[in-house]
Amino acid sequence: MAVQETTYRDALRLALSEAMSADNSVIIMGEEVGRYGGAYGVTKDLIKEFGAERVIDTPISEAAIVGAAVGAAMTGLRPVAELMYVDFIGMTMDQLANQAAKIRYMFGGQIGVPMVLRTQGGTGRSAGAQHSQSLEGYVMHTPGLRLAMPATVEDAYHLLRQSLQQPDPVVFIEHKGLYTMKGTLDPNNEPAEWGKAKLLRDGGDLVIVTYSRQVHHALAAAETLASQGIEAAIVDLRTLNPLDFDTIGPLVERSGRAMVVSEGAMTCGVAAELSARITEECFDYLEDPVVRVAGEDIPISVSPLLEQNSVPTPELIVETARKLFT
Amino acid sequence: MKNTSLPQLYEDMRRVRTFEERVGELFVRGQSAGSMLHLSIGEESAAVGVCAQMRDGDTFTTHHRGHGIFLARGADPNRMMAEIAGKETGYCHGKGGSMHIADMGLGHLGANAIVGGGIPAVVGAGLSARHKKNGAVSIAFFGDGATGQGILYESMNMAALWELPVVFVCINNQYGMGTRIDQATANPNLHERAAAFGLAARTVDGLDVEEVADAAADLIEGARAGKPAFLAVDCYRFFGHARKDKSPYRDAAEEEVGRKKDPVLQARDKLIEAGLMSEADLDALDQKVAAEMDASIDFAVAGEEPQLKSMFRDVYDPSQPEPEPVRTRLDRILAQG
Repeated sequence: MAVQETTYRDALRLALSEAMSADNSVIIMGEEVGRYGGAYGVTKDLIKEFGAERVIDTPISEAAIVGAAVGAAMTGLRPVAELMYVDFIGMTMDQLANQAAKIRYMFGGQIGVPMVLRTQGGTGRSAGAQHSQSLEGYVMHTPGLRLAMPATVEDAYHLLRQSLQQPDPVVFIEHKGLYTMKGTLDPNNEPAEWGKAKLLRDGGDLVIVTYSRQVHHALAAAETLASQGIEAAIVDLRTLNPLDFDTIGPLVERSGRAMVVSEGAMTCGVAAELSARITEECFDYLEDPVVRVAGEDIPISVSPLLEQNSVPTPELIVETARKLFT
Repeated sequence: MKNTSLPQLYEDMRRVRTFEERVGELFVRGQSAGSMLHLSIGEESAAVGVCAQMRDGDTFTTHHRGHGIFLARGADPNRMMAEIAGKETGYCHGKGGSMHIADMGLGHLGANAIVGGGIPAVVGAGLSARHKKNGAVSIAFFGDGATGQGILYESMNMAALWELPVVFVCINNQYGMGTRIDQATANPNLHERAAAFGLAARTVDGLDVEEVADAAADLIEGARAGKPAFLAVDCYRFFGHARKDKSPYRDAAEEEVGRKKDPVLQARDKLIEAGLMSEADLDALDQKVAAEMDASIDFAVAGEEPQLKSMFRDVYDPSQPEPEPVRTRLDRILAQG
């Protein structure tokens, strides 16, 4: 791989293509992944490179796509199943939560399920209540499933390559609002370790813990806050399982203030878990309650105005941070 | 090739029957792990007839009533009984039990406690076989209850569409828990549904194990050659859904008729009639099997309990850190300030 300016989408495709070239057991299966090239174009032309037996167009049968991936993973393949929208995860939940997540445990460690379920979620395309959700909480609540959510072009590539090396099932949730985002892939940069969070910006006044597209909202907010004299550290979790609390804890202890930002609905969401963890582990160091800036507890509307205001915005992050210092 | 002679089929069915009877005893003695025990008495011909036609390298999944299938495929009754008792010495170290037993060595990709839950895995195993060109067939065993689950139809369609080496075996024991097949489905000719998907589909009478074995031979070999199949085996569930179920939803007269459809006794009579085995031979064989299965209870009861710390093992691969126990976390949190 050469140094290249690319997009989140093309970085994902590169990761898939390289993994398939390196390992004949890697297959892709899902709706529209072959001839159509993926609903968001991630698997474009892979069928030409690797053939229809390794890039498998499936019927619209989400449960069986995941279930077949489970069986394929148990018998020696490394399937990448694609769920076109994370909103369809309910269709697959038995295969994902009762089968993939529990097989190693139920069978006493005899076998794992080394599969990747690629999907995408989040708002940003006026796609409505059934195509715009952030359902990572469902996955994070299920022991046995790893969960990766790349925010950057580099992570789109590296986290996907790393997911394909994992011995356990990985749910890999992309953000539909990031596919056209540009960035640089430099093979000379050592990739961040799997399971480790990344400090993207340092700042001693406040720690903002986030992931996926909200990383960019938080970074934008941090610029505004800096101009107003508040220095925020931004932590990109990258993976929610494993959850790297070792990176979060010392930063919170240093500044005494923490904010968690997530697009998922606030109640019982990822932000709730992170907030509880920080509060429990760093209680003696906290100057203020840990604040959650999360998705509203409502469905997502088609109206762009309503949609945008259903999830955290840079403005809300700035506004909330400022209140911590008044 | 496996021996598919009637004496062998009889012995295999007798082993299943006696094993299941001992599972019932284990429960009565209070030595089983819970009461979620689903016996396959009356259904032995399906397990034995189909498994007799499987080869090394073939894989399979079963439903929750799967003891007989696993045993027929070559499982060790000691380790099975120990698993049913929740012991460390069981196939899954006591974590799976009756409904989540598996053994990769024998190609058992797992029993399943979700109705229909194990079916799509055989589609994936079929994809693997096609990819590796290893000639393996993968077989999903499930009950008539699973014909109410959409995942069966998704899976049959994929298997047919991709011409995978897959066989769907529906053991129609007439009941999904307490609901009889005619109360749950408008068309009880289940193979017709499979045929509509383009599968080679048949129904056989489970009374005759040789009939099951012959049909399975045809369909499995067809599947190996890329013609996936569906086989319904008609039988009768002699006892309740699970150990505590006394079947109040069906009347005694029906049970009496149903239990006459006994594939084990039918095979026994056939052996005597054909002069292949004498009554004395059969009695001796039954006693040998009884002793083997008695020993499995002793093995299970004597087995050690899993260690408490094993509960955090195998959530993830052994190369990964185990989940932090709640107690450890609480101790750390409460030790602050």
